[in-house]
Amino acid sequence: MAKTTFIKALNAGLRKAMEEDEKVLLMGEDIGKLGGVFRITDGLQKDFGEERVIDTPLAESGILGTAIGMAMRGYRPVCEIQFDGFVYPAYDQIVSQLAKMHYRSQGKIKMPIVVRIPFGGGIGAVEHHSESPEAYFAHTAGLKVVACSNPADGYTMIQQAIRSDDPVIFLEPKRRYHEKAELDLDAVDLASAYPLHQSRIVREGAGCTVVAYGPMVKTALEAATAAEGERDIEVIDLRTLSPLDLDPVYASVQKTGRLVVVHEAPGNLGMGSEVAARVTERCFYSLEAPVLRVTGFDTPYPAARVEEEYLPDLDRVLDAVDRTFSF
Amino acid sequence: MSMGDRALTTGADDGGPEFVQLLTPEGERVEHPEYSVDLTDDEYRGLYKDLVMVRRIDAEATALQRQGELGIWASLLGQEAAQIGSGRAMRPQDMAFPTYREHGVGYCRGVDPLRPLGLFRGVDQGAWDPREHNFHLYTIVIGAQCLHATGYAMGVTKDGKVGTDDGEAVIAYLGDGATSQGDVNEAFIWASVFAAPVVFFCQNNQYAISEPLERQTRIPLYKRAHGFGFPGVRVDGNDVLATLAVTRKALDDARMGQGPSFIEAYTYRMGAHTTSDDPTRYRIASEVEAWKHKDPIARVHSFLIKQQLGDAAFFESVEAEADELAARLRAGCLSMPEPQPLSIFDHVYADGSAEIDEQRASFGAYLESFADAHPGGGH
Repeated sequence: MAKTTFIKALNAGLRKAMEEDEKVLLMGEDIGKLGGVFRITDGLQKDFGEERVIDTPLAESGILGTAIGMAMRGYRPVCEIQFDGFVYPAYDQIVSQLAKMHYRSQGKIKMPIVVRIPFGGGIGAVEHHSESPEAYFAHTAGLKVVACSNPADGYTMIQQAIRSDDPVIFLEPKRRYHEKAELDLDAVDLASAYPLHQSRIVREGAGCTVVAYGPMVKTALEAATAAEGERDIEVIDLRTLSPLDLDPVYASVQKTGRLVVVHEAPGNLGMGSEVAARVTERCFYSLEAPVLRVTGFDTPYPAARVEEEYLPDLDRVLDAVDRTFSF
Repeated sequence: MSMGDRALTTGADDGGPEFVQLLTPEGERVEHPEYSVDLTDDEYRGLYKDLVMVRRIDAEATALQRQGELGIWASLLGQEAAQIGSGRAMRPQDMAFPTYREHGVGYCRGVDPLRPLGLFRGVDQGAWDPREHNFHLYTIVIGAQCLHATGYAMGVTKDGKVGTDDGEAVIAYLGDGATSQGDVNEAFIWASVFAAPVVFFCQNNQYAISEPLERQTRIPLYKRAHGFGFPGVRVDGNDVLATLAVTRKALDDARMGQGPSFIEAYTYRMGAHTTSDDPTRYRIASEVEAWKHKDPIARVHSFLIKQQLGDAAFFESVEAEADELAARLRAGCLSMPEPQPLSIFDHVYADGSAEIDEQRASFGAYLESFADAHPGGGH
């Protein structure tokens, strides 16, 4: 079976969506001839033309605002935000316009827009290129927020997101872009693919549950492998951050009694806080220890040469797992 | 601010030499080398009636707010001609993106004047179908709709609906304050480089709440368009004929594939920004008095009389019809159904959400618990 990189999987997913629905458009900075700074849209403008793969002026609010107008006109825009830290100029258009349009129009206007954001750190970048803005969007009613963690999910989830009649913030773990997976794209049937808004157990275990999403899923899996023989870790890939799908997490915690939530974003009011609160409400009598979080610190994202210290890694995950056994 | 500075931004108190006018404040028809209208007698009378009707709608809504029936109202008083002229310039297939003050444009688009009251009464957030009327919902965040209009116009081009006389055009409404917004400037750039069929219709009513035009610009607003690469024109916004002529040409140019343009409708907000505002704190009475002499309705009234297009019976019938509409608005406003508590959860997502469904069920059960405790009484 062929090895496919995350980049190729996303590219193929976009291509498939564009082939299937001529209303699907791509918009963003440098996504045409260049194929995007990460080459996710490589070759798409050549094959689908400048009318469907639109190199936009350099203004993120403009990308989102005009995408909203095009969606009103019946198009299904997929907007690329070049880096996580550049999404903020579009913040009003996303949270006040895009997110609320269906609600305030009492369902008369649908907003089938996907906002692709390469997110997270670990690539040695300068500031504003390594951020994890998911909580801002998950906090906003009307948006759906997903994070893919592997090429296979990237391929199916991007297509499912494009088919959604709701706006989807689509987070791509940029540090995993060049990683490969065994994947036969032709064999994938979207109709039977794993649903977009469901979390998934990616490794079974009975001792402690570790929940992660996006780039941290791989870290969690590596931690689980490293702990084999000592700790029997179950890993859940959250996949959908809004709406959350915590039923598998509740079932897991009822089995293990222990939960560690891992993400790169700062811990304060992050996704881990919400997961911890809900698990506490639902699984209070199953918990053997408080829910622990392993996250980025409540600081601005630091300079690249200390980002290894800032980012959760295998050791910090295992340290937290150990601490759940000390209560 | 010296008078010199004021002249820089406004040209002159009367709007400056480039200002397009077809009907003077005294009701005299004047010619303009580029713009003209050729209306039937009925069309002249129709415009007069439109102006009176929307002023009456506005007066009734203001009264309803003063009586506590609306939470707030954004009055269009003084801007009737800008709204009716531009609204009547649109063809049925054209699409409008309003701010929150375009009650007159909505009227032209066939939106029941009762509908916008729902937003200001707090029973909904926009209750008309934008596609039915080609009139989008109000946008309250200043200038955000200019990008929506531009994207929509880009879609019009993609659909192949420009370049012919039956093509479609888009009009984005904005105010003078909005011209400082990033979104508006981005919309200008997008519209320009993609040659989008969109007309930016700026009602320069001289104030952004309390801030005068001088706080937004050092040059007349219409001159900014040139820098973005499309035409800009200043029109007497209190002249319904000039506004109609200028907007009609801009929309026709757009539908024929000539790209975007900018219209500065030079007018004055006679009332407060909204009913929560107190304009006496930031502008002088003599300025308001001066603008009263440029009233958009009085000049059409004078014109109709001079041209013998309207007699006493006509004017009385218009007033009677306006009063009738006002009475219907009042009754309709007072009898608007209160939104049901559980409607909070409706339409958050097109594809639904189990989380929201759970919150709806949970809150519903909570409300029900009071019904059980006090049978028949509710809570």
